[in-house]
Amino acid sequence: MNWINDVVRPKIKSLLNKREVPENLWVKCPETGEMVFHRDLEANHYVMPNSGYHMRMGAKKRLGHFFDGGEYEAIPLPEAAADPLRFRDERRYTDRLKDARTKTGLQDAILVGAGAVEGVAVVAAVQDFDFMGGSLGMAAGEAVIAGAEAAVARGVPFVMFAASGGARMQEGILSLMQLPRTTVATLSLREAGLPYIVVLTNPTTGGVTASYAMLGDIQIAEPGALIGFAGPRVIEQTIREKLPEGFQRSEYLRDHGMVDMVVHRHQLRPTIARLCRFFRPQAATPALAAPESLPAPLEEAAAAE
Amino acid sequence: MRTYLEFEKPVAELQAKVQELKAMGESGDAVAIGDEIARLESRASQALADIYSKLTPWQKTQVARHPDRPHFVDYQRALFDEFTPLAGDRKFGDDQAVVAGFARFRGRPVAVIGQEKGNDTESRIRHNFGMARPEGYRKAVRIMELADRFGLPVVALVDTAGAYPGIDAEERGQAEAIARSTEACLKLGVGNVAVVIGEGGSGGAIALATASRVMMLEHAIYSVISPEGAASILWRDKSRAQDAATNMRITAQDLVRFGVVDTVIPEPLGGAHRDPDAVLTATGDAIAASLAALDGLPADEIRRQRREKFLAIGRNL
Repeated sequence: MNWINDVVRPKIKSLLNKREVPENLWVKCPETGEMVFHRDLEANHYVMPNSGYHMRMGAKKRLGHFFDGGEYEAIPLPEAAADPLRFRDERRYTDRLKDARTKTGLQDAILVGAGAVEGVAVVAAVQDFDFMGGSLGMAAGEAVIAGAEAAVARGVPFVMFAASGGARMQEGILSLMQLPRTTVATLSLREAGLPYIVVLTNPTTGGVTASYAMLGDIQIAEPGALIGFAGPRVIEQTIREKLPEGFQRSEYLRDHGMVDMVVHRHQLRPTIARLCRFFRPQAATPALAAPESLPAPLEEAAAAE
Repeated sequence: MRTYLEFEKPVAELQAKVQELKAMGESGDAVAIGDEIARLESRASQALADIYSKLTPWQKTQVARHPDRPHFVDYQRALFDEFTPLAGDRKFGDDQAVVAGFARFRGRPVAVIGQEKGNDTESRIRHNFGMARPEGYRKAVRIMELADRFGLPVVALVDTAGAYPGIDAEERGQAEAIARSTEACLKLGVGNVAVVIGEGGSGGAIALATASRVMMLEHAIYSVISPEGAASILWRDKSRAQDAATNMRITAQDLVRFGVVDTVIPEPLGGAHRDPDAVLTATGDAIAASLAALDGLPADEIRRQRREKFLAIGRNL
C-alpha cells in the first residue's frame, strides 16, 4: 500500500493548493476589513494603506525591503542539533519542523543578512513568525549568535527584528538556555563598541523579550505591536480581570518608558541609518582637535598663578 | 502530620498501621506489637525507597512543590551566618519574592540571592508565592553589582514557578528586568553558583541561574514552562501535564545529560522534606566545593569560562 501513499497523496495536495490561490490574492485588513490586492500590499511594505495596520512580514521579504536596493549577503547559519529531546505532543516535533520548513522555505525562525541601509553597513537578523511562531530554539539562538559575531567581525551595527511567541517548548530546557546564550551575543556587541538596535514587531513575547529583544541600546517598536513577557491570556487567567485598552501594545510600552520610539515601517530605514551614523566611531572632530579653540581656561590658569 | 503525595499512598497506609499499633501497644501486649511495628516500618521504608528510586518527572514535580520541602528561608538559616537582607531596587519598590543580601558562608562573606515561596498563607502572600516582579530582579542586579565591586562570590537559590504574570509587572518591564538580571550574571567577574532547590521556572529562574556552576537537587525540576502551561498550549488540555513533564525533560538527571546542570545534589530517602537537615548540609557542601573551584581565578577568566560554558550548551548533542 505504500506506493499509493507516496504517489497519490501529493497530487491531491497540489489540487487543494490550487484552489486556495485565488483567495490569497486579496488580503483583508484585520482592523477595518478593507481588502487589498497582495501586490499593492507588498509594495506598501505590508502596511494597510488606509488603516496603517502593520501586517506581519516574512524574514526574506523583510531583509529585501530593509537593505538598499534589496541587496544583501546572507550570513551562513550553523546547524543545530535536531530534536535532542525526541519531543512529541499531539505530533512529533520533527514533523512540525518539516512542515514549518516547507511552509516558509526557511531552515528555522531566523535569517541574517549583511548589507547597507542608506549607505550605512549593518548586519540584520529577522525573526519569522510564520516559522513555528518565531519560537526561539537552538537554531534561532545560534542565528542570533552568528549574527552578532558577523557584526563584530565586520565592525558594523547589529539590527534585530524580533517577532516571536517565545521559547520553543519542544526543545524544553535547551530553548530556555537560549536566553543566556543570546545575552552573551549582545554583550559581545557592546564590548566591541558596536550599537545594537532592536525593532520589536508584532508580536514579540515570552523568552525572546526576556533576553536579546529587550537588551538593545535603542529599542524601536512598530506601531500596534503586541510586546510583553507574559501573554495577555495568561495574565487574564492569573488575575481574572479584563486587561486595559492598548495593554502591551507598542504605544503603551513607549508611554511606560520601555521602548525609545514607535516608528512606522516606512520610516525604519532612515531612522536606523540616522541612529547608526550617530554611533559611528568619530574621526577627530574639529572642536576637540584644535587646542587653540580653548584659550580661556589657559588664561585663567595663568591669572591664578 | 505528614502530607503524603498521591503516589506515596502505599507508604502512608503502612505508616497508618504503625500508628494504630503504637496506640494499641500502650494498652496491650507490647512485645508482639513491637515486632509487628518494626516489620511494618521496614516495609514502609522499603516501599518509600522503591517509589523514590523511580519517580516519574510528574511525580518529581509534585515532590519539588511539596509544601514541607525546605525553602530558601531554611537554607538561609542553616547555611548563612550574619545574613543581612537588603531591600529594594531603588527604582520602585521592594519585592519579597526575591530575598537578597550579604552573609557569611562557612566564614567567608558572600552575596545571597534566593526565591522564597513562603510557608503559610501570610508569608506566601508576602512573598507572592515566589513569583517575582521586576523589582525582585532589579534588586538581584543591584546585589550582584555590589558583590562584583567587592569581590564577593554570589550564591543564588532558585525556587519559583516563574516570574509573576500581572499587569503591574508588565507595565514596569518584567521582560527587561529578567533580561538585565541574566546579563548581570554574565558580567560578574566573581564566581557565582546557582542551586535549583525546588522549581526552576523558566525566565524567572534563568535570571538568577546563569551561573559559573549550576546545581540541582535530586528531585528538583527545571523547565522552560510549567508542565501545566506546556500541556495547555501544546495539547490544549491542562490534564496532559503528566505527558508534558515527561516530554520536556525537566529532571536533574536529564539536565546533567544535556550539560545544563553541573552537579546533582542527592536528597535523603523520600525527598528533601523527610530529612531537611541532611539536604541542607549536602547543599552547603556542594556550594562550598563549587566556590572553592572558582577561587583565585581572575575576573576575566571567570567571565570567559561562564560565557563559554553557556555557549557550549547544545552544541554537542
